[in-house]
Amino acid sequence: MLLFWPVVIPFFTAVLTLLAWRSPEIQRGLSLMGAFALLASALAIFSHTLNYGPVAAQAGGWDAPFGITMVADALSATMVLLVGVVATAVILFSFSDVTREEEHFGYHPLTHALLAGLGGAFLTGDIFNMYVWFEVMLIASFGLLVIGGQPNQIAGAIKYVGLNLIATVAFIAGVGLLYGTAGTVNMSDLHNVLNGREGDSVVTASAAFLLFAFASKAALFPLFFWLPASYHTPSFSTSAMFSALVTKVGVYALFRVFSLVYDIEGSILEPILLWGAVLTMAFGVFGALSQSSVRRVLGYTIIGSIGMMILGFAVGSRLAVAAGVFYLFQDVLVKAALFLSAGATARLTGSELFARSGGVWRSRPFFAVVLLIPALSLAGVPPLSGFWPKLMLVQATLEQGSWFLAFATLATGFFMLFAVARVWSAVIWSAHPDGDRAITRTLDGPTWAPLVSLTLLVIFIGLNAGNFVDLTLTIADQIIDPTAYLTAVLGEPK
Amino acid sequence: MEIMLAVLAGFLVSAGAYLMMSGKTLPYLFGLTMISNAANIIIFCAGRLTFGAPPLIPEGEKYIEGAANALPQALVLTAIVIGFGLLVFALTLAYRSWFVLGTVEMDDMHESEPGTEVIS
Amino acid sequence: MNSLILSTAARLVMPLILVLAVFVFYRGHNEPGGGFIGGLLAATAFALLEMAQGVETARRALRFRPQSIAAVGLGCTLIGGLWGALAYGYFLKGVWPLITKHADGSKSGLPFGSIFLFDFGVFLVVLGGVCCILFALEDVVQSDSEAGGD
Repeated sequence: MLLFWPVVIPFFTAVLTLLAWRSPEIQRGLSLMGAFALLASALAIFSHTLNYGPVAAQAGGWDAPFGITMVADALSATMVLLVGVVATAVILFSFSDVTREEEHFGYHPLTHALLAGLGGAFLTGDIFNMYVWFEVMLIASFGLLVIGGQPNQIAGAIKYVGLNLIATVAFIAGVGLLYGTAGTVNMSDLHNVLNGREGDSVVTASAAFLLFAFASKAALFPLFFWLPASYHTPSFSTSAMFSALVTKVGVYALFRVFSLVYDIEGSILEPILLWGAVLTMAFGVFGALSQSSVRRVLGYTIIGSIGMMILGFAVGSRLAVAAGVFYLFQDVLVKAALFLSAGATARLTGSELFARSGGVWRSRPFFAVVLLIPALSLAGVPPLSGFWPKLMLVQATLEQGSWFLAFATLATGFFMLFAVARVWSAVIWSAHPDGDRAITRTLDGPTWAPLVSLTLLVIFIGLNAGNFVDLTLTIADQIIDPTAYLTAVLGEPK
Repeated sequence: MEIMLAVLAGFLVSAGAYLMMSGKTLPYLFGLTMISNAANIIIFCAGRLTFGAPPLIPEGEKYIEGAANALPQALVLTAIVIGFGLLVFALTLAYRSWFVLGTVEMDDMHESEPGTEVIS
Repeated sequence: MNSLILSTAARLVMPLILVLAVFVFYRGHNEPGGGFIGGLLAATAFALLEMAQGVETARRALRFRPQSIAAVGLGCTLIGGLWGALAYGYFLKGVWPLITKHADGSKSGLPFGSIFLFDFGVFLVVLGGVCCILFALEDVVQSDSEAGGD
């Protein structure tokens, strides 16, 4: 039952917040309590999997592979824990960010529906069930994206919806082909059934469909155009939630399905993934350099980071996979912190356009330092959390003798530093166009608390990198050899 | 029968792709609906196509020969319902975008990405 | 729409559809039918009323906010799932509290339990969800045509 809580709790919170629609105060209280409960359940799952290894639960008591299975190994459990952390931070931040009107149109129920979809997608052990959770997440994200109804939101949503619907169709077509040839949709059972059938044309076709679907969800080259068009349009809380978690579901699904179900080593998909990752990194950082508003720069840096994670996975050695996983984990926190601080800065300076903001350093130096830490972590400055996975990735690519990939990783890091420096100089360092007195507003508790705690977490990961490297190496072992996962789902092999 | 449905799925995909290329919101959605129906047909075929053989296992036996697998039909039902919900949302969005942005041409929707007008 | 025939017919047909909806829902226990189609049928009844006599009448006839109906329905399905978890440790496992098992293996009693609650939840979610979409669409079209007319 433990594994169902990250789905049940958000749905229940959505129900309660929907029923409390008359009073925004009660809605907020319920919403925050729901987020804390989600965090607590995620912590319980995390500590359980750390102590006892992967666990599985069967819905309705129907044994795998016939029922719907929920599985938590170290990767899923950590992702769910990050969902809990980000949910709490974002919902707290939303109290001072989301307008009353947006709350009236269902900000809180939709956010919790999104969280339920995320929890389900990370925990499910069944590929069709994963499709269903993707849809739960997708429909909630559609709602959150257009809430408010501004013209730029509608224009961004058209692109977001259009590309995501194609990805959905590809996903379902891939699952259909897979079921047609393997006769099961349980991922562990698929692993056993497809063992030794790597060259089958049907298997490769279904893998291509799924790769397309997950790559569009993760905004991989060349399927990323929807992300910079839409992620900067909704409220800051929503874009923090999207950038920290929603694109990561695509990355997680790639990691999970292409290690457990398919064996891509040596197949035609391996070079596609590798070069897709390199081009994603390049387009992400160069896109970030060409933009002149805070959230649009950050939107492109999401793409660059996604490229880095996929590169780690595509290189495929133990250290490289661990680097990809580490990058995935710390990027969730960094992106959430950055988008929330973009919100706080925009509230201080009155705009998120470079030309219309500035002067934060001179009027709010402490706040500027809090902003600087996740920004430097994004750029990969030691000893912050973003540095270690980059170091691991460079080391792993050099071990394989691919100088080019090591160079691409370092260049991406350098250009990210450059992009961050541009934001810093335009928004924080330079003077405000209306003079320094333009900044009169102050920031309240619900803005400070999530920012400071996320920043502290980023520092904590950076300073405790040893433990996290161990954790990610364990996860990399589980990804490369999923025996423990299979045993948890199907029982001891006969 | 499988070949007929395969041809139908191919036809739906090509017609859908043609519609999606038009660059307008509504034809795009109609094309997408056609392609998603093609995907549904693929799953439907995955469970074997049979005439007059209900997948009911007689009492006392464990398996049944020659009947269609009922699971893909349940999967298709789920996919249809989800696809239908998404389509309703997308149609409403297309309507709103026409009303708010005053255009159905996706190339003319620059509100979310200011600065891209020059290129296109 | 102001059609006398439609609005009179709606008054007669609506209760019939609602009864049919409940029947289909109950039949779904062991035969084709169930909460989903039942909910859709019930939503059709309110859609008919909306077409015939306007969205305000349909809202009044539904009594509660459609979002709240859907929320209660979602709550019912969750409780139906948790019931199984409490009784047997498996989320969504069927619980039949009113059925007794006899020594010879036969069962008797009322087949009424967590599955029924789950299905009832589905009924409410579909009814509330579809009505919510219909009413919202009608509102949007009305407000846009007013705004466009200026």
